Amino acid sequence: MSTYADYVTGEPVVDGKAPEGPIGERWDTRRFEAKLVNPANRRKHTVIVVGTGLAGGSAGATLAEQGYHVVQFCYQDSPRRAHSIAAQGGINAAKNYRNDGDSVHRLFYDTVKGGDFRARESNVHRLAQISVEIIDQCVAQGVPFAREYGGLLDTRSFGGVQVSRTFYARGQTGQQLLLGAYQALSRQIAAGNVEMRPRTEMLDLIVIDGRARGIVARDLITGRIDTYFADAVVLASGGYGNVFYLSTNAMNSNATAVWRAHRRGALFANPCFTQIHPTCIPRTGEHQSKLTLMSESLRNDGRIWVPEAKGDTRPADRIPEDERDYYLERIYPSFGNLVPRDIASRAAKNVCDEGRGVGPGGQGVYLDFADAIARMGRKAVEAKYGNLFDMYQRITDEDPYEVPMRIYPAVHYTMGGLWVDYDLQTTVPGLFAIGEANFSDHGANRLGASALMQGLADGYFVLPATINDYLARHPRQGDTGRQHPVVQEVLAETEDRLNLLLAVDGDRTPDSFHREVGELMWEFCGMARTDSGLRKALERIPQIREEFWRRIKVPGTGEEFNQSLEKANRVVDYLELAELMCLDALHRAESCGGHFREESQTPDGEAERRDEEFTYAAAWEFTGTGTAPVLHREDLVFEYVHPTQRSYA
Amino acid sequence: MKLTLRVWRQRAADADGAMSTYDVDGISPDMSFLEMLDTLNEELILRGEDPVAFDHDCREGICGACSLVINGDAHGPERTTTCQLHMRSFADGDTIDVEPWRASAFPVIKDLVVDRSAFDRIIQAGGYITAPTGAAPEAHATAVPKPDADFAFEHAECIGCGACVAACPNGAAMLFTSAKINHLNVLPQGAPERETRVLDMVERMDDEGFGGCTLAGECATACPKGIPLVSITSMNKEWLRAARKAGKR
Amino acid sequence: MPRTVWDSTLGKKTVMAVSGLIMLAYLVVHMLGNLKIFFGSDEFNGYAHWLRTLGEPFLHYEWALWITRVALVVAVVAHATAAYQLSRRDLRARPAKYVHKKRRASYATRTMRWGGVILGLFIVWHILDLTTGTLHPGGFQSGHPYQNVIDTFSTWYGNVVYLVAVLALGLHIRHGFWSAAQTLGAGSRTRDRALKTTANLLALVLTVGFVSVPVAVMTGVVS
Repeated sequence: MSTYADYVTGEPVVDGKAPEGPIGERWDTRRFEAKLVNPANRRKHTVIVVGTGLAGGSAGATLAEQGYHVVQFCYQDSPRRAHSIAAQGGINAAKNYRNDGDSVHRLFYDTVKGGDFRARESNVHRLAQISVEIIDQCVAQGVPFAREYGGLLDTRSFGGVQVSRTFYARGQTGQQLLLGAYQALSRQIAAGNVEMRPRTEMLDLIVIDGRARGIVARDLITGRIDTYFADAVVLASGGYGNVFYLSTNAMNSNATAVWRAHRRGALFANPCFTQIHPTCIPRTGEHQSKLTLMSESLRNDGRIWVPEAKGDTRPADRIPEDERDYYLERIYPSFGNLVPRDIASRAAKNVCDEGRGVGPGGQGVYLDFADAIARMGRKAVEAKYGNLFDMYQRITDEDPYEVPMRIYPAVHYTMGGLWVDYDLQTTVPGLFAIGEANFSDHGANRLGASALMQGLADGYFVLPATINDYLARHPRQGDTGRQHPVVQEVLAETEDRLNLLLAVDGDRTPDSFHREVGELMWEFCGMARTDSGLRKALERIPQIREEFWRRIKVPGTGEEFNQSLEKANRVVDYLELAELMCLDALHRAESCGGHFREESQTPDGEAERRDEEFTYAAAWEFTGTGTAPVLHREDLVFEYVHPTQRSYA
Repeated sequence: MKLTLRVWRQRAADADGAMSTYDVDGISPDMSFLEMLDTLNEELILRGEDPVAFDHDCREGICGACSLVINGDAHGPERTTTCQLHMRSFADGDTIDVEPWRASAFPVIKDLVVDRSAFDRIIQAGGYITAPTGAAPEAHATAVPKPDADFAFEHAECIGCGACVAACPNGAAMLFTSAKINHLNVLPQGAPERETRVLDMVERMDDEGFGGCTLAGECATACPKGIPLVSITSMNKEWLRAARKAGKR
Repeated sequence: MPRTVWDSTLGKKTVMAVSGLIMLAYLVVHMLGNLKIFFGSDEFNGYAHWLRTLGEPFLHYEWALWITRVALVVAVVAHATAAYQLSRRDLRARPAKYVHKKRRASYATRTMRWGGVILGLFIVWHILDLTTGTLHPGGFQSGHPYQNVIDTFSTWYGNVVYLVAVLALGLHIRHGFWSAAQTLGAGSRTRDRALKTTANLLALVLTVGFVSVPVAVMTGVVS
């Protein structure tokens, strides 16, 4: 057994910012209690925002509108390319435009339940409240949501809920929302309020006297490593799903910003909570570089099935109706194909494990639109899902109008992230985390169309309100300069790390290590986890890490555009984060949401929570590479939604 | 599949570049074009050579990062982004030429990577609706006729990849600029800034050193999102309308 | 406003479109006038004389003609200047060519630039030949255009220059008319076919109309 698993439990961590009182009033109360910064003084405050996705883009724009001086970073060549752009399905909001019984409370309830009772009630309720304002904001920005013939907004239903509250822009909702935020940000860049630094990647956090004071970042074109100072740092750098190598994340999405912040003192919460999305295009071979998601909205009209019999290799159209198993409809009659993602994913894994999977390697299930086409007509199906069908056809060379799609689960989203309080502040004062980078709102499983909601809620509304309080309470601190001993040390560490990567000159590529650790994680820390498997992974990861520093090969130099160096440096962090994920998964000896421990299941194979022991968020403190971290628990209190065994049957 | 690649190699912005020839083997028709380049790069790294630099990120055809001219076509022979192009579009034994976007407004950074920040500056000139956070009216306060909403969406689909510029014999950014103008100008929310938007964005486009439009139509043929050529016509109309109104003021 | 227009690529294109349409309108009238040659020398020469007395007594003798000439010169100069400046800009915007060459855009599109240059040179020659008579083969007789036309088309080079120019004109109009419609914002998805057909028709009619004269002279139909 590795020493890493011998973690100790430290003091509990407490969210001291959410006010007491009725849940519906807490956000108002907090905003009232928060100190404000005089508008005339805001200009003098600099805020660094890392990332330009939905959370970062909207936060940067809004902070600049309020008068702050924002310095914003993204590794992409343009802020418009952040991976939020790839979100397809939609964004939830409790508008109740359908008059179908929706309300803020129902969205709150659905989200807490969908997250399998591992999220903080106050945060989730605030999210539900703000959801309605997001739609207003986006429409005002010109986001072209789908509309009905009367000119009003259209909605659709999504997994895990029974109301129609998802607003969408065909299959490109993320793109349209992101462009809205990007355009708002562009306006502020033009106005000189945002200093935008594209192709610049954050490599470390500068913490002086216990407060986040700036970052170290590398210009990806020239290779120059520079320091940037600010009065507060906001991380909006997204999730860490790329630990798994194959995921639906963008190729360059990475965990470096959050991991480096963690190493500098920010607690990392629930790292094992990863979401495996049920509807992705199956992989085709070893060469696969990433996986492509097909929007969950497809489950509205598509029916999921596999053959009744094991090893049935007949083409789909040769399998008669009575020899098909529409397993989701069979096991969960009331939600059918619209069960939450974790349940749909696990069910797909189960039927494939039984040997009833379809396609190459038996790693796939059918998502069949034959009934929908018969019922609605091909034209209507085309209008609703045309772009998704086209994408599927381009990738697989199969026509989904003629043969059923094949889908298989893939890593998609990480609910875990930096621990934040109600103000979205991490345990490092002055360091905030928003969007997927934090852990706050989705508990152990995120509902579909809620990521966009959370990213925009954090960026447009929550952070701009709460960061005032921090800035007002802390005197403005100027640029300390590169000469400050702490800055010197951070800079030296960063430079040493990159130089070492270049100096090893071994015989393995960064990708080969990334793939190795990714496959290990998928096997032992993927859809189903066991004590022994996780221990195996915990034993293996330090070995890979050791091998990495012995055999890595990075061509070129650090003073130029060097994509191999960028990649290798990200892998360094994956090799540490993977270890923490496995430990978190090992310590949480219960099943909940996306975290399924085989030892903890009901007789019919459903996830079984163990509330008495695990009704807490696990926030981990870094103590050193490969040394056991300290666990800080945040006990979760459920006053409004009482934990029950989730049932979608 | 076995292929011969001829790839534009250029160490840095100010360095001279040239086509270099590489042979790749064991390529599966199911690979994407970029996965094929990954395969080449893995070999190059192990041989101690500099891997081919190219922009890419989402690999789902939506972020707009990938930007290769393949056999003279922006994004290659299919109407899609480079990342969604698969090797089944080529035949065993083919020779494939891979070049960066070419336009003076898109200078080469390294190999196949170019600087497209001029696009961002066009958007900054007016490609937005001024709607500060918190100031928004109720979403249903203004109904938008479905055809207008659809028209806006069709143009909002632009991913800003720059294929239109790369394909244009004049290096013009008309299709890109028109897509954003049409998206915002048709919406009631975009109406107050309708004139300034088109005048400012077109001026910025000119200042960035993009060429003019001769309506060759190459941009629309190359556009992976199918933004139509007539989008440019609509922008021209908006511009004339705005120029007339500005003249009256 | 004038600065806004001239400083912008879109404005210069507008100038090209408007000036092009003015010249196109003139060419239609010019071509129809040319066809009078088929009705004999009296009618043709009479028509030429009438052009000079057009608008009398409100206008003085030849004023209408001079007004037209001035308008045309302005149109030609504006068209050519804008074209020259835009072309310079276009070439600057795409300095590096692709190694892998591909020919795509239609023939008419690709011939706009050098077609325009041919037409410009032709106009100069055409005026020196049949208006001032400076380059006219055989004695130029002012007031006798019928004979002058026959003289010109009795030389091989006169025919060659003219035919090449008229073909260039046809191609130029084919893309230019449709292009002008787009520049002026008149195009739309539903109207595109109609515009293309009109452009093709205009190009065809003008080409045939203009070509018919030298062909008639060469074949002896007009002598």
